[in-house]
Amino acid sequence: MNFELSIEQKEMKDMAMKFSRNELIPVAQKYDEEGTFPMEEFKKAWELGLVNTCIPAEYGGAGFSETDAVMIGETLAYGCMGINTSFMANDLALLPIKIAGTHEQKEKFLKPFTEEFKIASFCLTEPGNGSDAAGIKTSIKDGGDHWIINGEKMWITNAGYADQFVVYGTIDPTLKHKGISAVVVPGGTEGIILGKKEDKMGHRSSDTRGIRFENVKVPKENMLGAPGEGWLIAMKTLDYSRPLVASAALGGAQRALDESVKYAKERKQFGVEIAKHQAIQFMIADMSMKVEASRLLVYKAAWLVDEGQRNTEIASYAKAFASDSCMQITTDAVQLFGGYGYSKEYPVEKLMRDAKLIQIYEGTSQIQRLVIAREVLKK
Amino acid sequence: MNIFVCVKQVPDTETKVQPNGDGTFIETNAIKWIMNPYDEFAVEQALLVKAANAGSTVTVLRVGGVKDTEALRTAMAMGADEAILVEAEDNLDSYSIAKALKGAIEKSGKNPDLILCGKQAIDDDCLQVPQVLAEMISLPSVAVIVGFEQNGESVTVKREIEGGALEVYELNTPCILATNKGINTPRYASLPGIMKAKRKPLQQLSLADVGVEAGDRRVVYSNFQLPPEKPAGKKFDATDEANEASVVAEVVGLLRNEAKVI
Ligand SMILES: Cc1cc2nc3c(=O)[nH]c(=O)nc-3n(C[C@H](O)[C@H](O)[C@H](O)COP(=O)(O)OP(=O)(O)OC[C@H]3O[C@@H](n4cnc5c(N)ncnc54)[C@H](O)[C@@H]3O)c2cc1C
Ligand SMILES: Cc1cc2nc3c(=O)[nH]c(=O)nc-3n(C[C@H](O)[C@H](O)[C@H](O)COP(=O)(O)OP(=O)(O)OC[C@H]3O[C@@H](n4cnc5c(N)ncnc54)[C@H](O)[C@@H]3O)c2cc1C
Repeated sequence: MNFELSIEQKEMKDMAMKFSRNELIPVAQKYDEEGTFPMEEFKKAWELGLVNTCIPAEYGGAGFSETDAVMIGETLAYGCMGINTSFMANDLALLPIKIAGTHEQKEKFLKPFTEEFKIASFCLTEPGNGSDAAGIKTSIKDGGDHWIINGEKMWITNAGYADQFVVYGTIDPTLKHKGISAVVVPGGTEGIILGKKEDKMGHRSSDTRGIRFENVKVPKENMLGAPGEGWLIAMKTLDYSRPLVASAALGGAQRALDESVKYAKERKQFGVEIAKHQAIQFMIADMSMKVEASRLLVYKAAWLVDEGQRNTEIASYAKAFASDSCMQITTDAVQLFGGYGYSKEYPVEKLMRDAKLIQIYEGTSQIQRLVIAREVLKK
Repeated sequence: MNIFVCVKQVPDTETKVQPNGDGTFIETNAIKWIMNPYDEFAVEQALLVKAANAGSTVTVLRVGGVKDTEALRTAMAMGADEAILVEAEDNLDSYSIAKALKGAIEKSGKNPDLILCGKQAIDDDCLQVPQVLAEMISLPSVAVIVGFEQNGESVTVKREIEGGALEVYELNTPCILATNKGINTPRYASLPGIMKAKRKPLQQLSLADVGVEAGDRRVVYSNFQLPPEKPAGKKFDATDEANEASVVAEVVGLLRNEAKVI
């Protein structure tokens, strides 16, 4: 057993923290208020190797482990959960290619992301199918030497800027999950119609849209795996992506804790710092416990991936526990700040708004519990 | 060009320092070390000069404890080619450090074309090493530079003086320059850079290897103490007009007799 990061990991974490403090924290509020896309920060992060952490060394990536990836994700989310969502969506959209792509597909669809700054989008959710992803209706039809895609997607992160999409559809809806298939669609392909940017409660800088595919044609070789293997690919992707999304909740929670500790030592009421009141101390103790427990789950879920072991159950523990904890901790942070916590002058109200999303996307907290119960009860 | 950069490892700026048991230094057990911020400007300048002069190498030098080599690894992750670490106590005095740096440069087997340092270390704030080193190896030197331009064998540097005015110096290489904030924007070490740094050469030497002896110490630290805690401020209430005159008289009296500032 070893709970220590390596010297090199500590250096990477320090560097990512420096980036978060210098480049993300100072602009987080502005992007949140304007609801504009953090293009400049995204590019800077790409230049420093902080995004696309899933790309293997063979295809020009740094060859990070899943543990490295969650450590970097945690640290960037510490700076801004919203901006980190834009970064992380790239990995979500590259993972299916890493997991199911052939050598040629990886050369074509992963490598360019290491040579040039590019944005990717993962299109699974539809207006009528969120949690019940197996019920998706977008159709993928055989057009001879190409596939033809028709359908509507909803809540697609990075959609407005994407150079590349991974789109899930079905070759035959009566086959249910056995009909689901995944194709890579280059940005700008004819027939892609973008919806308007959603006006969201949190993660306001990330670009989330509906998107329609109208007779979009892609070459046959753009399908990941065989027709009908999309569901399996999506499920495998989740084993990698859930620890990553959970790490974002961890980073946000750590930030809320740090801000709370600092404020509690400064703010005086009844003649003493509020940190001297036991009610506040208990709140801080609960926050700290939850942050540490989230960290252990997130890193364990990632470590299992690195060890080549099945992590479905633990990844769902991590996703549900870290995101539910983040919601609780950021809500308590607002409480601890009193009236000031409710104001945009202080960072914690944004943390509370941002935390909420992490309980929803990449499988809601309820869906994680379904997964966990299924895993536990089948033993 | 053979470019050398001297970097010091200092406690992170957020550290709460405590004197150690025998008062000879601060407690270093739980300290998080960082590269001295002024040295980051020196490393950046070295990398810029390297980029402008094909075939150059950047060697980073550090004298200090070996438990943590954060500063050197950061410099190599930023792009420096190799490092030399001279093992020494972390509370060595400026004279011995300069002598050790001189020895390390000689040991490297390279003739320096340019030596860069930060203008001061933020821990002891001695502001001496660059000047002492320049004297020891008889090279021209300018400290606190905020501008740098290279013209073949010579460099033009700008130095900030009081009131914000600039002095401009032209000097021939080799020379020693000590950088101030404003000269450039230090780059981040990229993550691939951090991974590559691990494979770059780091040579470790002892003080004896670089010709420093116990008798070289000019300063011995003996009684580190925390500064006395500031007493709480006094408050005066003059909102009641009737008391105004007497409160003002009291404050003036205290400023004159107790604080002795007027
Ligand atoms: C900002 C944002 C960004 C997103 N980015 C992407 C993206 O990039 N790509 C992408 O494909 N998707 C994305 N999503 C979609 C996201 O994954 C879905 O919103 C999520 O899966 C939930 O689906 P839904 O919104 O349709 O909610 P529903 O599935 O309608 O759920 C509504 C409620 O019912 C509960 N529920 C549903 N089924 C069950 C059940 N069987 N048992 C118990 N409770 C249940 C849910 O937990 C939830 O509380 C994004 C969403 C948002 C908000
Ligand atoms: C939108 C808004 C509208 C408002 N409108 C009005 C108004 O119209 N008129 C008006 O007069 N005021 C108004 N207020 C002020 C409001 O009543 C105060 O914000 C509230 O009383 C809390 O005070 P505070 O913000 O100074 O927090 P603090 O008192 O600093 O409290 C910070 C934290 O410390 C905790 N705490 C403080 N003391 C103790 C203790 N002894 N033991 C345990 N915990 C403690 C608090 O519960 C809180 O969690 C408003 C505030 C807001 C945000």
